[in-house]
Amino acid sequence: MCSTCGCGENENVRIYRPGEADEKTGDKIHAHLHHHHHHSHEHNHHEGHHHSTEIQVGADILSANNLLAERNRGYFEALGIFALNIISSPGAGKTTILERTIKEIGGKAVFSVIEGDQHTDNDSKRIQELHIPVVQVNTGEGCHLDARMVNDAVKKLAPGKNSVLFIENVGNLVCPSLFDLGEAKRIVIFSVTEGDDKPEKYPTIFHTSDLCIINKTDLLPYVEFSTEKAKEMALRLNPDLKFFEVSAKTGEGMQEWYNWLLSNSKELNRQATSKD
Amino acid sequence: MHELSIAQSIVEIAEQYSEGSNNGAIKEVDIEIGELSGVVVEALEFALENIVSGTVLEKAKCNFIIIRGAAICNECLKEFEMHNLLDFCPHCGSFNRKIINGKQLNLKSIKI
Repeated sequence: MCSTCGCGENENVRIYRPGEADEKTGDKIHAHLHHHHHHSHEHNHHEGHHHSTEIQVGADILSANNLLAERNRGYFEALGIFALNIISSPGAGKTTILERTIKEIGGKAVFSVIEGDQHTDNDSKRIQELHIPVVQVNTGEGCHLDARMVNDAVKKLAPGKNSVLFIENVGNLVCPSLFDLGEAKRIVIFSVTEGDDKPEKYPTIFHTSDLCIINKTDLLPYVEFSTEKAKEMALRLNPDLKFFEVSAKTGEGMQEWYNWLLSNSKELNRQATSKD
Repeated sequence: MHELSIAQSIVEIAEQYSEGSNNGAIKEVDIEIGELSGVVVEALEFALENIVSGTVLEKAKCNFIIIRGAAICNECLKEFEMHNLLDFCPHCGSFNRKIINGKQLNLKSIKI
């Protein structure tokens, strides 16, 4: 039970800089979202047969997350921060893609990273080695990041104006798909070793993403994987989905991704600057 | 198991709308779930069972109302039923469609 408000939510979420993982320095936050707003709702105080009162609620169950996600989005847009929510199953190569990207185009854009994992700061330590501001979110038992965690992590991270913010979600293709974090774009990554029926098996994430990165293309000669089949199925779920086929290991195909990233972040920067 | 987060939100909303009520005060709760919402009813039911103890929903009967999915085809402009995200337009075969119903996740009402 949470000591602050008495709620039953997971009190194990911790947000900290890599290496500061001990209990005392890690900020504990509520993983859940409090409703601080008031709904206008009608009370139907009629006596039923069982002397019960029915209250019409009509509330979107995800509204607390969605409202906070919009606050995050407004903050990002105002400061020209190009925020990307990066989702994949565990081991698809999210962190490796980020590492290579930061190494190769770190001089052309300003980066910062929020790393989401159930446990450990292994990934944020990898990013820290690149001398990039990074904050680790450990979700404890949680299977996805939510807008509250990102809101709190951003306060700790303080990403600069006109920068690129990578939000690496917890490795999971199911749960993160329902939770808007306030990102400008959502990116789903899967690797050729996972099979070309991934889109069919996990339709929601492909349906809700803007971009799909197919990673580990260097392994194509060794696995049964039809890029065409995977793309065709993903396009059925989402006709607007854009694809990049890359190998974060060899660097093959990464340039197209960089071009997209730099041109889109510059466009956002331009819009933010024009509002100054 | 994102249904756990959804279940937590349901409890929070129910607590809010039954302000001042005792644990177990809510007799029934109606929850609308769209076919295309990405939430599995059985998983949500299971998650709720595990977290309602000590809350206003402790004794509540949870009624799940399934909202059928529907889409409009961007090619032939006809409406059709859509039960999963891979369903295409049965009139012209296009996958280019806009979902117009079935994504809901609503706490509709509570009975105290």
